[in-house]
Amino acid sequence: MRQLLKTDVSEFRRLLDWTAEMTTHANIPTTAAAIADGVRSGALKAVDVLEAHLAQIAAREGDIHAFNLVTADEARAAAARVDVDVAAGRDPGVLAGVPIALKDNMCTRGIPTTCSSKILEGWRPPYDATVVQRLAAAGAVAIGKTNLDEFAMGSSTENSAFGVTFNPRDISRVSGGSSGGSAAAVAAGFSPISIGSDTGGSIRQPAALCGVVGVKPTYGTVSRYGLVAYASSLDQMGPFSTDVRDSALVLEAISGHDPMDSTSIPQAPLSLQHVLSQGVEGLRVGRITDMPSGADPDVTARLEAAFDALTAAGAKIVDVEMPSMKYALTAYYLIAPAEASSNLARYDGVRYGLRVNATDTNAMYSATRTAGFGEEVKRRIMLGTYALSAGYYDAYYGKALKVRRLISDDFARAYAKADVLLTPTSPIVAFPVGEKSDDPLAMYLCDIYTIPTNLAGHPAMSVPFGTGAHGLPVGVQILAPTLGEQVMFKVAASLERSMIAAGGAK
Amino acid sequence: MTAADSKTQGSEIQYDMSKNEIKVAPNDGSYLLDGYELVCGLEVHVELATATKLFSASANRFGDDPNTHIDPVTLGLPGALPVLNRQAVELAMRIGLALNCKVQPSTFHRKNYFYPDMPKAYQISQYDQPINVDGWLELPGGKSIGVERAHLEEDTGKSTHIGGTGGRIHGSDYSLIDFNRAGVPLVEIVGRPDIASPEEARQYVTELRQILVAVGASDAKMEEGSMRCDANVSVRKPGAPLGIRCEIKNVNSVRSLGRAIEYEARRQIVLLEAGEKIRQETRHWDETDGRTHTLRSKEDADDYRYFLEPDLVPLNPDQAWIDAVRAALPMLPRERRLRLSQATGAPADGEAIMVVVERGQDDYVMSVGEAGADVARALVHVKEAFAEQGANPTVPAADLAQMIIMETGGKLTSTQAKTVLAEIVANGGGDAVAIAAAKGFEAMDNSALEAIVDQVIAEQAEAWSKYCGGEQKAMGALVGAIMKASQGKADGKAVTALLLAKKG
Repeated sequence: MRQLLKTDVSEFRRLLDWTAEMTTHANIPTTAAAIADGVRSGALKAVDVLEAHLAQIAAREGDIHAFNLVTADEARAAAARVDVDVAAGRDPGVLAGVPIALKDNMCTRGIPTTCSSKILEGWRPPYDATVVQRLAAAGAVAIGKTNLDEFAMGSSTENSAFGVTFNPRDISRVSGGSSGGSAAAVAAGFSPISIGSDTGGSIRQPAALCGVVGVKPTYGTVSRYGLVAYASSLDQMGPFSTDVRDSALVLEAISGHDPMDSTSIPQAPLSLQHVLSQGVEGLRVGRITDMPSGADPDVTARLEAAFDALTAAGAKIVDVEMPSMKYALTAYYLIAPAEASSNLARYDGVRYGLRVNATDTNAMYSATRTAGFGEEVKRRIMLGTYALSAGYYDAYYGKALKVRRLISDDFARAYAKADVLLTPTSPIVAFPVGEKSDDPLAMYLCDIYTIPTNLAGHPAMSVPFGTGAHGLPVGVQILAPTLGEQVMFKVAASLERSMIAAGGAK
Repeated sequence: MTAADSKTQGSEIQYDMSKNEIKVAPNDGSYLLDGYELVCGLEVHVELATATKLFSASANRFGDDPNTHIDPVTLGLPGALPVLNRQAVELAMRIGLALNCKVQPSTFHRKNYFYPDMPKAYQISQYDQPINVDGWLELPGGKSIGVERAHLEEDTGKSTHIGGTGGRIHGSDYSLIDFNRAGVPLVEIVGRPDIASPEEARQYVTELRQILVAVGASDAKMEEGSMRCDANVSVRKPGAPLGIRCEIKNVNSVRSLGRAIEYEARRQIVLLEAGEKIRQETRHWDETDGRTHTLRSKEDADDYRYFLEPDLVPLNPDQAWIDAVRAALPMLPRERRLRLSQATGAPADGEAIMVVVERGQDDYVMSVGEAGADVARALVHVKEAFAEQGANPTVPAADLAQMIIMETGGKLTSTQAKTVLAEIVANGGGDAVAIAAAKGFEAMDNSALEAIVDQVIAEQAEAWSKYCGGEQKAMGALVGAIMKASQGKADGKAVTALLLAKKG
């Protein structure tokens, strides 16, 4: 394979496009768990692991555009430190030598953090996000900042000020969003792991579209300190990986209480890997009978296959009702923009980032924000400002908060009957670039199955479960109650096993 | 009041004085301006004396080089999150409990508006669920002024506008911002409109300031801006519905407060008498011309788009914490004045006690009494001679006590006592006996004094008979002669007493 990379990159690309093969690095394992084991034992050098991944980036990034920035020099230094630790007999951490890509909305000390927005272009944070610190402490090697819809607002990564991220499975199609760059980085073999953020589905939906695992943990499980806020009461960070175990491994490393985040749950890090082999016998898997329809038949077929697989594994399928779920999208598009209108008010040209000078302060604000923000960001700022305005608050924001409570109540009733719920992650497979760019509402509908979880603060994850139309990946979403990550991962591992047994790609 | 209700007002918590349901303390009618009553409520912002800021670990310090106490949270950098300062909560509770408030579960909201010294473009403040509600403050004369709420919020940075006129942002060439103050914890104490005169306003702020200092919540210096006062002023004919109010800002001293309120009331009265209406607006007090000027009208007020701050969790101090804070509260100025009044017989709202308690020297006066001296005398001396001393005078209480014992025992005249005390104060203490001896203030016992008195009576027979006949003027001549004969060592009071006794 290495030989192939050197001699015939275009042949390699073609091969990769057609097979969606993720094993790309000669002698380098594809999973984070295996890489970390190899590096910790001395069987692998972190620097070699890194170079193989940088080579893969060099080969395919031109077609994919997963990254806003590849930090090769910093990564080489970090990998070398891991190797020195191993050689010196020091514990290099559970993610020793694992290359990792970071969504470009988490702060990295001294390294530009743009949120794919012109308004932050060139800004270098003076501090690391808690997640970034924890990953570094675990020996992971950050290789770059991945592209996203500007300020995480979007479902296709077409709203980036720095260009579209294309789907590694079909580069004429979108990677999903907003964490499209992180999903694509893992799907393209640029790194076995990436980190994204999920406000209404921004991890799960691109994971589904790119055919990788993506997890949104319980709100408060992973610190938001250093995550540039979109909608603070909904934002949560989580991993992308090629298999279920790697996401469990990463979550164990980045979860746990952080005193810098007041909404961080005071608890120990999650413990997940030990549940993966436990099976689903006797578990109650909920089917939402009144779920908003609209999923394509190829997607629905895969959901049914997932129910069948879990039944075969000993789980029991139960019907649950979520009567308020149909209001979730509307509520989300009031609450999230409302918070965003406040969170993004700080980009005023006064202290950092872009400034467009003008005759007075108000004109400077206006000129800066007009030039700095993209169309979708402006749309949501205006929506949110309106929803919070005097005279409209009750009708919009206030009502949305009530819906949010109703949805939580629905979930509470559902989880009295079921241990987890199963839905499609996305109603459709990856769509062609440009197809929905001019239709915001069509784009918003991409998140119809992912949004309710965020409103409730619950965990949910997407696991690849075969392919649909055009041979494109379909993801199945597993939803669990607050802090139900263990049961969620049990079900995910079971689905993964059934796919492997059926001869499908992991 | 719900968040939504207030939102329609488009402003911070405010009283709508045009509504009759607002309760105003009974006005005793003692203060009338051209037949109008004054109705005034004060909003006082006070900076808390915490070690660090309300939501970050940067130091809360005044007067250092600009932008030296900053961090990602203070600057509102992307990704930074607030973490509530426990000490600030404790100080806020002290304030609330000292003002007889109920401490309750509370939340934080975002108040959204753009201004260059507001780093996040929103201020984190308590809104419809403040930590302290429904208290009162008792003025020295006994009148109670209601306290609607005392809530936590963060301060802004400080802008300096260069060029242009009047130091305003409008028309300036450029502005400099110091973020050291951004994020400093504030408590806003919202008083009810129970204040009926400029004097009551002054008393309220003075008393409030003493309480804040006493409980250790703040140094509460209006001149340095650690205590800021806005006044809501309206006028009405006695018995009439409440008038439209104006809010006055930029009042920087207790004295200005009284002037600003009186000016504003008179301005409104002139308008009303001319048949005009008062416009509800915010007005700026100009110290130099002694007037208030329109800052912005109600129509121009920002829509702050308050909503619950999602980066913080509800603040719910448990009862044990509240009880502990209450138990640790020091004696408050009012109680201290009463204690001193009982000990000395002086009136609790008299000048001596007011001054000494304000200086925080009442404990000291009490300890001079405990050292065996007359407390009333101690009060007078401390009030007169300890103006330069703080709450903990350098003079040992025992030294002052010794001096007072000599004075009340007739061993020092009151004039001599002042001289000795001045030296003790100048030296930060001293042995009154030794100082008196060094100055030649020898003790004159009663037998020696009586001999002199007898001698003067014999010499001044005419004056003596006039004195005995009831002519008080004659006493002056006798006392003068006695003092002269004693070379000033006689105590005036002892002389008077002896003369009275001999007159029979």
